[in-house]
Amino acid sequence: MAQIFHRSTNTISRFTIFGALVVTALGLWTALQLERSPYTTFAGVARPQPVPFSHAHHVGGLGLDCRYCHTSVENSGFAGIPPTKTCMNCHSQIWTNAPMLEPVRQSFQTGQSLVWSRVNDLPDFVYFDHSIHINKGVGCDTCHGPVDRMPLMYNYASLQMEWCLDCHRRPEKYLRPRQQVFNMRYQQPDEFHPVEFNGQKYTGQDELGRALVKAYHLRTVQDITSCNTCHR
Amino acid sequence: MEQKDRVEEISVRHGRPPVMAPGHTFATITDKISSIVLTRPVSLGWMLGVGFASLWAFILLFAVSYLFYQGVGIWGVNIPVAWGFAIVNFVWWVGIGHAGTLISAILLLLRQSWRNSINRFAEAMTLFAVACAGMFPVLHLGRPWLAYWLFPYPNTMNVWPQFRSPLVWDVFAVSTYFTVSLLFWYQGLIPDLATLRDRAVNRHTRTIYGFLAMGWRGSARHWKRYHTAYLILAGLATPLVLSVHTVVSYDFTIAVVPGWHSTIFPPFFVAGAIYSGFAMVLILAIPIRYFYGLEDFVTMRHLENSGMIMLATGLIVAYGYIMEPFMAWLSGNKYDMYQFWDRAHGPYWWVFLSLITMNVVIPQVLWIPKVRRNPAWLFLISLDVLIGMWIERFVIVVISLHRDFLTSSWGMYYPTRWDWFTLLGTVGFFFMCMLLFLRVLPMISIFELRELLPEAEVKVEP
Repeated sequence: MAQIFHRSTNTISRFTIFGALVVTALGLWTALQLERSPYTTFAGVARPQPVPFSHAHHVGGLGLDCRYCHTSVENSGFAGIPPTKTCMNCHSQIWTNAPMLEPVRQSFQTGQSLVWSRVNDLPDFVYFDHSIHINKGVGCDTCHGPVDRMPLMYNYASLQMEWCLDCHRRPEKYLRPRQQVFNMRYQQPDEFHPVEFNGQKYTGQDELGRALVKAYHLRTVQDITSCNTCHR
Repeated sequence: MEQKDRVEEISVRHGRPPVMAPGHTFATITDKISSIVLTRPVSLGWMLGVGFASLWAFILLFAVSYLFYQGVGIWGVNIPVAWGFAIVNFVWWVGIGHAGTLISAILLLLRQSWRNSINRFAEAMTLFAVACAGMFPVLHLGRPWLAYWLFPYPNTMNVWPQFRSPLVWDVFAVSTYFTVSLLFWYQGLIPDLATLRDRAVNRHTRTIYGFLAMGWRGSARHWKRYHTAYLILAGLATPLVLSVHTVVSYDFTIAVVPGWHSTIFPPFFVAGAIYSGFAMVLILAIPIRYFYGLEDFVTMRHLENSGMIMLATGLIVAYGYIMEPFMAWLSGNKYDMYQFWDRAHGPYWWVFLSLITMNVVIPQVLWIPKVRRNPAWLFLISLDVLIGMWIERFVIVVISLHRDFLTSSWGMYYPTRWDWFTLLGTVGFFFMCMLLFLRVLPMISIFELRELLPEAEVKVEP
């Protein structure tokens, strides 16, 4: 009786045994990478907006403070989206005929709000409060990135739970003095650029972070990593 | 061992029926079993059986599709009975699988030669039963498409499953069980697949069996490694017979619900698992030997032994039934005492009564040797035990939950038609798999049966 399989089958079968392992491992690795990539998280992807508002121009260029528009960020869960009136404070005086601003003028005349598309959008089952983060010394750019250099707004972070927990498990890695929260160019302390807090100069984030955790009465890591801190 | 002694051991010991009918040779065994797969024409009875079983498998598919579309609200589960048929069926099916592993692994290590004729289809039974069981934990999730969250992997939430929860232990217990059972079963098949490859006439059949046989040539070196690997797998599978259902019982014992929180559960569950498993082995073996004319290989010895194991494990289960209320009484805990009073006197009293009748009273007829040696009787008792063991899980899951500490949260559980469709659908799926298996793979291990013959004895030249 003739052989059913060719001699090469031996090699092929050995190859496929290891090949299957490699393919499975690669497949899992790809899936995990894809789940963390901008393809899923939209991190770094600018959303289309009714007016191409540039944070780079208004914050970086003109030096507007975050709170000029996001007025409720210090004492409310929601940072606040400015009404059209806030835009018109300036744009009734400058660029009054710019075609780009036509939707803003339309909105002002008709009283219909501009419909911005939300960029940093957390799922509805997550409770997030801006004020507590601001008041405990979490800088705007810690989460939102260099907004003063964003011509069009995009979310800087993945907004995935592992990203939240990265800070909630070790908040001292990221905290800064309250007066630096709105400083978009803040740098963590090092030997050459110490940061002053309560009259003392700190040359390392470790010591500064520990001092801030104490001074601002942060709740324990166990408290802030409990499920119902965010999933209420 | 002398050849004469061995013949004697196979044929008559203690006046009991032999493991294999006398007069067989290597060739007749191989012919008989391989011809069922290779040359026997498809019979009308088999077609009807597969057709009917597949019909129920499709009903299962339908019920599950509707479940995924609509959610677990289509079932009868609600507070306080949030664990209904899904968990009852899960425990029942996992338990059934245990007999297959006991036969294939523990009886192999104990050198029980009678296992050789029933281990193959008993292992197939294990695989299909665990496949049925494995569906339910996924189906009863609110969002079954996220079932992979049960596995620890570096997820974007940066949290691990709760390792202190027995539900996570379950995931590991059942997936390990399925993997080891599959490997064990497949390894056992390899020499037989090679036999089928060598006997097949059709080129395609030869290629398929040849592919599955993975190049088995039956050389001395092959056999030496084969036996080593087989023993290792048997060693791995042996603790699983005890551990898997122990872990399943932890799902209940770790909780504080009266009627669940009990230290007797692990051994009680394992005994119950083997009890129902052997009932399923008999339910499969009796028709198989009848329809395929395999009375020579699956003899009265096998049926009687299975019946005796059922009797023994059934008595352990009965002991459990006695101990549960006794411990509740001894503890003086009023919630525990009430639970066991409620079983017999509450709204589910008739379920409890049928449990005792079917699981404790009726199987006692197995004490009578005549009953143990009558296939029809054994078949009926096995059916009774299978249903009884299902009811046992219903009693544990539902009756314990429907009356817990707070009277304000007492309630009733009524299964819906979807509960029934899912349960009967898995039964259909199980028998569909079993019937397909009988058709395409050797249902009895050819090479292990050949090992039983006196000719297989290795003789050392003086």
